[in-house]
Amino acid sequence: MPRWLAHTIVAAVFAGAIAAAFWRAGYAWNWSAVWDYRQKFLQGWLVTVALSIAALAASIAVGAAAAALLRSGRPLLEATGRTYVELIRGTPLLVQLLIGFYVVASAVGIENRYVVGVAVLALFSGAYMAEIFRGGLDAIPRAQLDSARAIGLTPWQSLRLVVLPQAVRIALPAVAGQLVSLVKDSSLLSVIAISEFTLAAQEVNAFTYSTLESYLPLAIGYLALTLPLSGLARWLERRLRYDAG
Amino acid sequence: MNLVVAGLVQRFPVAAAAGRHAGLATVLDHLDLVTGEVGTLVLVGPSGGGKSTLLRILAGLDVPTSGRVAFDGVPLPRDEASLRAYRRTVGTVFQAYNLFPHLSALDNLLLPLIHVHGLTRAAALTRVRGPLDRFHLADHAHKRPAELSGGQKQRIAILRALVVQPRRLFLDEPTSALDPEMRGEVLEMIGELRGEGTQFVLVTHEMAFARQVADAVAFVADGRVIAQGAAAAFFDHPPEPRVRAFLERSLAP
Repeated sequence: MPRWLAHTIVAAVFAGAIAAAFWRAGYAWNWSAVWDYRQKFLQGWLVTVALSIAALAASIAVGAAAAALLRSGRPLLEATGRTYVELIRGTPLLVQLLIGFYVVASAVGIENRYVVGVAVLALFSGAYMAEIFRGGLDAIPRAQLDSARAIGLTPWQSLRLVVLPQAVRIALPAVAGQLVSLVKDSSLLSVIAISEFTLAAQEVNAFTYSTLESYLPLAIGYLALTLPLSGLARWLERRLRYDAG
Repeated sequence: MNLVVAGLVQRFPVAAAAGRHAGLATVLDHLDLVTGEVGTLVLVGPSGGGKSTLLRILAGLDVPTSGRVAFDGVPLPRDEASLRAYRRTVGTVFQAYNLFPHLSALDNLLLPLIHVHGLTRAAALTRVRGPLDRFHLADHAHKRPAELSGGQKQRIAILRALVVQPRRLFLDEPTSALDPEMRGEVLEMIGELRGEGTQFVLVTHEMAFARQVADAVAFVADGRVIAQGAAAAFFDHPPEPRVRAFLERSLAP
């Protein structure tokens, strides 16, 4: 069976099952009330897109920097990286957002809540990225580094020509998963009153009392972001495919 | 080449483990070796005796704790920048995983030519075409390492070291990771290059082959050179009981 057909069939079955569940629940739909707020949804969604893109880029930079700390071989730097990673991964994003906004940002005088939101998200996701990158780098055999030195590459050339192309390929699936999580985690920014997609849905729900009609578009809006991201990752994976050997 | 090694010591820090304290392991213990003018030097000896450690120092990959090494009267430097410059004048091939798996065999050959030796891609391609044809590897040039046999991988690795026109090649057990039927093709290639005047320093467990290609042999054990000599004399009249016992075990069918 061709792949597209399999996807179509499975999608149809899922959609049918969900539709059946809704039908049996006997829910009284009221789409017109929500439709009036379509502009608000669109604005919230665009804010989420912008926040996600900014946080994606920043979290990759933060993760790379933290992975460099973890692999530096210097006790003080390693301890710094390790403390950062464990503190972030061991605490809820909600708490980090509240502390970041009400304590840290006020203390250093940053008032733009969007900047704070992106920064906290990037730091949060960066901790996971750091471990993913570290794993990717650790997976490269020592003999590869020896070979790179043996042919006379500089450390920078060795990183660029030998290590990173292999580490990226190894880390890619995990990075893609982390990026998808990041997009959805951005919904928590609503707690510091950033008017992103989730806050828009919450507000529409408060105005219209049409809960499902407010939140279903939310699910679809996030899928519209995460599915292309997963697709892009799979495409890159195929393009970069090679077997270790 | 004319190699002089004097008082070479290499110590490595070792982590604490069951029944062992953290500390320093002495792998080379005041090793001395003077070869005179030779084309191919073969290092033999028991595993863990220090021959690979010695080879890594000779190839400019590791810096010894103390001691001196000089090729043709030129001492090896100790700082990384000068060592890198030195490494660019020689070639080194390890037991396995020499090739970069994300690049085709051809791109593996081109990489040092382009990025280390400054050739254009066109010039680099011209440089590798002849050697690829000669060793019947041209049909495999577009393949990734995972699609090559072990013997093909090692031959490409040797070619990669060779096409930069090095002064000599260092080979660290180049056939040890190969199936017996693939050893022959790699050994044959080394033998052929040696016949044309390429200089080798070779660590190997293939005693029959060592006997065939070596000009000089050094037997390295316990971090020292226990015995050395011209190849014919070394193999026909082993100078030490310990060497004799080792050779008898190694050459036994």
